Amino acid sequence: MKSYQAIRTAPAPDSAVVRGPGEVAVRLRVNGETRTMSVEPRVSLLDALRDRLELTGTKKGCNQGACGACTVWVDRRRVLACLTLAISCENREVATIEGLAEGDTLHPMQQAFLDADAFQCGYCTPGQLMSAVALLAEGHAGDDAEIREWMSGNICRCAAYPHIRAAIRRVRDEQGGSGAAD
Amino acid sequence: MRPISYSRVADVGTAIGTVSADPESAFLAGGTTQVDLMRIYVEQPRRLVDINDLPLTRVEELPDGGLRLGGLARMSDVAEEPAVVRRYPMVAEALLMGASPQLRNMATVAGNLMQRVRCSYFRDVAAGCNKRAPGTGCSALDGINRGHAVLGTSECCIATHPSDVAVALVALDAVVQTEGPAGRRSIPIDDFFLLPGQTPEREHPLTHGELVTGIDLPPLPVAATSRYVKIRDRESYEFALAAVAVAMSVAGGRITEIRLALGGVATKPWRARAAERVLDGAPADTDSFTRAAEAELASAVPHGMNAFKIELTRRTMVRALAEMAQREGTA
Ligand SMILES: Cc1cc2nc3c(=O)[nH]c(=O)nc-3n(C[C@H](O)[C@H](O)[C@H](O)COP(=O)(O)OP(=O)(O)OC[C@H]3O[C@@H](n4cnc5c(N)ncnc54)[C@H](O)[C@@H]3O)c2cc1C
Ligand code: SF4
Ligand code: FES
Ligand code: FES
Repeated sequence: MKSYQAIRTAPAPDSAVVRGPGEVAVRLRVNGETRTMSVEPRVSLLDALRDRLELTGTKKGCNQGACGACTVWVDRRRVLACLTLAISCENREVATIEGLAEGDTLHPMQQAFLDADAFQCGYCTPGQLMSAVALLAEGHAGDDAEIREWMSGNICRCAAYPHIRAAIRRVRDEQGGSGAAD
Repeated sequence: MRPISYSRVADVGTAIGTVSADPESAFLAGGTTQVDLMRIYVEQPRRLVDINDLPLTRVEELPDGGLRLGGLARMSDVAEEPAVVRRYPMVAEALLMGASPQLRNMATVAGNLMQRVRCSYFRDVAAGCNKRAPGTGCSALDGINRGHAVLGTSECCIATHPSDVAVALVALDAVVQTEGPAGRRSIPIDDFFLLPGQTPEREHPLTHGELVTGIDLPPLPVAATSRYVKIRDRESYEFALAAVAVAMSVAGGRITEIRLALGGVATKPWRARAAERVLDGAPADTDSFTRAAEAELASAVPHGMNAFKIELTRRTMVRALAEMAQREGTA
């Protein structure tokens, strides 16, 4: 193992601002709105959304990164809200299932899920939808095998998978067939 | 989860200074290991230092023709980086076969190397576990150990190293770049992962507060013909039961260059040097591949439920090598 070299940037002393461990004011941008709440730094984005902001569309399945029920977007990328701390999302754009529809008009993916009967109990559905819309933007919906692989982060215990894929195919084809970002 | 305080830092010096000054603090990158383990009390820092604003997210060309993956580059971004896909396909493949799209959007490549084992006793604070609580015994030795390692184990710990991309990085002799209170250093990746031996709680040589700033991929033409083969209980979103990273050149039916590493079966990402010695210069045929796999697995030790992994690894090695040779032969 090589030894240490002379350092270029001396480490600064512990000069970082410390927040918590008690409640601190955290300001989040959620679905385009600024929301302020008082939470401890240990609170997950998932709990903050559900318990503080009453945005209960995002679901808690496993709470350990293994199911995808809590999928939301942070800075337009799909992520897991259960393994994200709310406080770490300051200055980032959070989007949840509640922001997907335009007023009373469902997002095409929501409509396609309804038409294709793409859920049974519905518990995984908000996460499936947030993933499915992101999937099309990422351009990973070329064929069924690709959809299956790139939707594998969302478990459905009711096994609605074939219908979920049908809904995604329909929206992909309506959008021009490629599944690439447009 | 215990209460924690939180700091977000914008530069490397402050990140290192802050964590090294506070023994009860930890870096927070994607959080996919850190938050998970804090929630189940396996890790209990009192303070998290969020390093996501550090300018270490890019993939950059190195003067020697290699590539530097920024420590905070996301798994998803590195996997789609054209230079990685073209010059080091097995790195991109290993990344894409890991975790899920959501997790890969969060997880960093440095965090990936630093992830902890998935042994269920390690994750259960009520169970004896030498790695989590030194001296409390290893519950996996006589327990549920189907996913555990057959190579590199000790009587203290048999947990498998869970990373996929680290397997490809070990095959490539990548170099881990760090910066800490004592300065900067370059650690060959094979030295970065420690065998459990008598001290399974020590998994890497970093000091507290030492930051992984980047991972360097050396210029290696053979890496352009490489792949990652991962066998698991289900097709996706699952850790490896056995995995093979292979880079190979074939000329005139003989193997002229070979780099081989194993995942899912060893306590560290496992460079298969015994197999490489058999393969170097050998005919690119099934007989060589079988002999190579057997040479590597001669030292494998089964532990009850995981005995099947030895045969599974042998077959996965032979298959990966044969497919690679076929592709090389027809290229
Ligand atoms: C359900 C699930 C499935 C998974 N499946 C796979 C899989 O199939 N294959 C696979 O390879 N991985 C898999 N993973 C693991 C995942 O890839 C890792 O958790 C992830 O890469 C960790 O990176 P992070 O940025 O989230 O790290 P964090 O969780 O933020 O940090 C992990 C650790 O590293 C330290 N750390 C972070 N960054 C640095 C740095 N720059 N320098 C020094 N220390 C640092 C932290 O303090 C912490 O101790 C899975 C994880 C989950 C939850
Ligand atoms: S295998 Fe290692 S991690 Fe698992 S219980 Fe034994 S000591 Fe702990
Ligand atoms: S609740 Fe987040 S992945 Fe299951
Ligand atoms: S619809 Fe019930 S879990 Fe998916």
